[in-house]
Amino acid sequence: MADLTTDFVGIKSPNPFWLASAPPTDKEYNVRRAFEAGWGGVVWKTLGEEGPPVVNVSGPRYGAIWGADRRLLGLNNIELITDRPLQTNLDEIKRVKADYPDRAVVVSLMVPLDEDAWRKILDRVGETGADGVELNFGCPHGMAERGMGSAVGQVPEYVGQITQWVKKHSDLPCIVKLTPNITDIRQPALAAKQGGADAVSMINTINSITSVNLDAMCPEPMIDGLGTHGGYCGPAVKPIAMNMVAEVARWEKTAGIPISAIGGISTWRDAAEFMALGAGNAQVCTAAMTYGFRIVKEMCSGMSQWMDEKGYTKTSDFIGMATPRVTDWQHLNLDYVTKAEIDQDLCISCGRCFAACEDTSHQAIAMSEDRTFTVKDDECVACNLCVNVCPVEGCITMRRLEPGETDLRTGMTIPAEDDKRTWLEHPNNPMGDPLTCISRGQ
Amino acid sequence: MTHSPQTPGVVAERLQAPALADNFSDLHPPLDAHEAHVAADRCYFCHDAPCMEACPTDIDIPLFIRQIMTGTPEAAAKTILEQNILGGMCARVCPTETLCEEVCVREVAEGEPVQIGRLQRYATDTLMRANVHPFKRAEPTGKRVAVVGAGPAGLSAAHRLAMHGHDVVIYEAKPKPGGLNEYGIATYKTVDDFAAREVDWLMQIGGITMELGKALGSDITLDGLAADFDAVFLGIGLGNTNALGIEGEELGGVVDAVKFIADLRQTDDLTKLPVGRNVVVIGGGMTAIDAAVQSKLLGAENVTLVYRRSQDKMPASEYEQHLAQSKGVHIMSGVAPVSLIGEGHVAAIELAYTDENAKPTGETFTLPADQVFKAIGQVFDEVAGLDTDGRKIKVTGAGRTSRAGVWAGGDCTAGEDLTVVAVSEGRDAAEDIHASLMG
Repeated sequence: MADLTTDFVGIKSPNPFWLASAPPTDKEYNVRRAFEAGWGGVVWKTLGEEGPPVVNVSGPRYGAIWGADRRLLGLNNIELITDRPLQTNLDEIKRVKADYPDRAVVVSLMVPLDEDAWRKILDRVGETGADGVELNFGCPHGMAERGMGSAVGQVPEYVGQITQWVKKHSDLPCIVKLTPNITDIRQPALAAKQGGADAVSMINTINSITSVNLDAMCPEPMIDGLGTHGGYCGPAVKPIAMNMVAEVARWEKTAGIPISAIGGISTWRDAAEFMALGAGNAQVCTAAMTYGFRIVKEMCSGMSQWMDEKGYTKTSDFIGMATPRVTDWQHLNLDYVTKAEIDQDLCISCGRCFAACEDTSHQAIAMSEDRTFTVKDDECVACNLCVNVCPVEGCITMRRLEPGETDLRTGMTIPAEDDKRTWLEHPNNPMGDPLTCISRGQ
Repeated sequence: MTHSPQTPGVVAERLQAPALADNFSDLHPPLDAHEAHVAADRCYFCHDAPCMEACPTDIDIPLFIRQIMTGTPEAAAKTILEQNILGGMCARVCPTETLCEEVCVREVAEGEPVQIGRLQRYATDTLMRANVHPFKRAEPTGKRVAVVGAGPAGLSAAHRLAMHGHDVVIYEAKPKPGGLNEYGIATYKTVDDFAAREVDWLMQIGGITMELGKALGSDITLDGLAADFDAVFLGIGLGNTNALGIEGEELGGVVDAVKFIADLRQTDDLTKLPVGRNVVVIGGGMTAIDAAVQSKLLGAENVTLVYRRSQDKMPASEYEQHLAQSKGVHIMSGVAPVSLIGEGHVAAIELAYTDENAKPTGETFTLPADQVFKAIGQVFDEVAGLDTDGRKIKVTGAGRTSRAGVWAGGDCTAGEDLTVVAVSEGRDAAEDIHASLMG
């Protein structure tokens, strides 16, 4: 049985599944239920500075997009940080941590860009027994208008400055939560690292409008005839989040900084993918908000089974294993040639591959009178679109041409596997080095 | 007084009103909006879709399903109705299991087709519930066309002709329009007087006059119509039923299944409709199934459907056979009627086993029967002055008969006797009439 325990920047938890800072972790009641359900840790919903708490809207605060069976694909929200008094939260954190010493309790924080404000709240958090703090530099709505949240995360200098303050005034592990609403995620990650952060977590939610009410001519969720952009999350954002995790994990200036992954993680597999790209653990929100806390049982059993099948005994065995395989386009092997192949026994003759290829791609699929679909090797560029639109999994696959075979499209003879050519060696590359370029006579 | 399934003879009220109401309710309840959305999402939007090919009216099925999926069932309805003005009825009565759904790639792949029929009903019901008629008449052409028969073929032709601006008069022998939609389809397939409502809705196009109780041959003649109108369309269906030609056929309790089905459709009180304790239905088509199933639903204790060939040769689809069996109908294949036995009223039926060529083997047996329904096919009444192909009115092209200016379609011409085929033939004949009138 695989060991799911994780040690993330010194914070131990029985499994890598934490609940992200969000409504599910806003108060003691929810967090106790989460721990009873089996969650390895929580990041307590963001606390603000002492004083009158923030005020949330009392109209709808979530918008969504759905698949056909109303499967929730993406959610956005315009909820602010906790709207409960600071002391109430601190008291609850202290009680919960005392009762669940084996679980991770990290406290999310967001106070103004002022060293004293950070010092004060860190002092208070330090008294709760919490395991660490997460700096919320990510929320894109509401608080950003007040110079906090993503307004900080979008300015690497601010990220670095606050991180320094936090490290100066607290001994707790410091995780900096990054906003994806920025062109290059690596810059704030680097700033966090240089500021002394123990880790980064990513991604926070993405600026979004999920839908427009075409009767009211207003974005949803609608508050008395007006709408505002919210933070987008859920399964739909996972590809964006994974790329950002990989970017930080593989850039030499940020490589090695622990990453807590967030962004559409709904199943054990999602978590495993993020961890393979370099994340040390996985934070979940939308999936729990959709299905309740019990999903963690599937996450634990699934990851455990998969690890057993693969022979991984602990999570650190596979964390980051895929990171070295994320590269730049220019390093891809341009002599690697595949062709689509259609398994006629599996084909149900829907013709989607044909329509996609004929209308929008390379006219590389032929259709016969009796609705048999075949690939024209002399036209197929192996783009994979047919594979992706085919409703039958495994019906269309890509076959790699063997060395010595001829690519009927280009006439090129496939070279030996170690004799590969990337863009850097390609004769068509005007920036390439003529001395190292390799021509295959096309 | 109240009877039970075991009461001897042919009596009414074998079941109480609530049970009857339940038995004769919608066979396939309509999809609600969410169900329709989920069902629509299963459609793969096939290229050159097989379902569309299989539809006699060539409805663009992937398109209408996508229109449902994107929240515009009204647009979906228009896609359907442009090709098939009786798309609402066809959604209910089409044997989709042998048409569009049979060739659905998901049927082929998973044995579970996209529910095309029910989705079509969802779309057309939505539009009709809003009482929207999405078609407008063209400018009047001044041409007049007579349509004989207000069944699916006649209604389809009349609507298309009216849409093109012609004035249409429909002559119908029966007191109500609709043809077999009104008189010939099992009650549980078209509840809530749908056939009549659909005709009312169809008539909203305008330019159509309905003359009920006018039969060809007695009240009107083909010569008369040909003289009075610019063109004539005959959608007169099949006026007669085949006789068994066996001893005892004249006995009481031996009736045409089509009459029984019509009585079921026209009654306003199912508790008043008598049915036998031991019912035997002779035949293997849809009419036989409808009569057998409805006998059972009315409360008959034993219903036996006898068919002279093997069961796999039955014209009724496998789906319909299973439906009958699930309702408790006993299907006996490979048996043929020999004689009907009784004193004034039928009491039993003598049957013979048949070989693979449907010829009697010599071995016979007798079943008790206090009611026998004949469902061995309907036949065409000849129309004076028109060539036949031996069985039906001979037509070429889009329903052109041997007489210039006279078109025909539906069950009175060759081709499968299905509502959807009749609609297609009526529509195509109307287009041909329009082309020749405006030529």
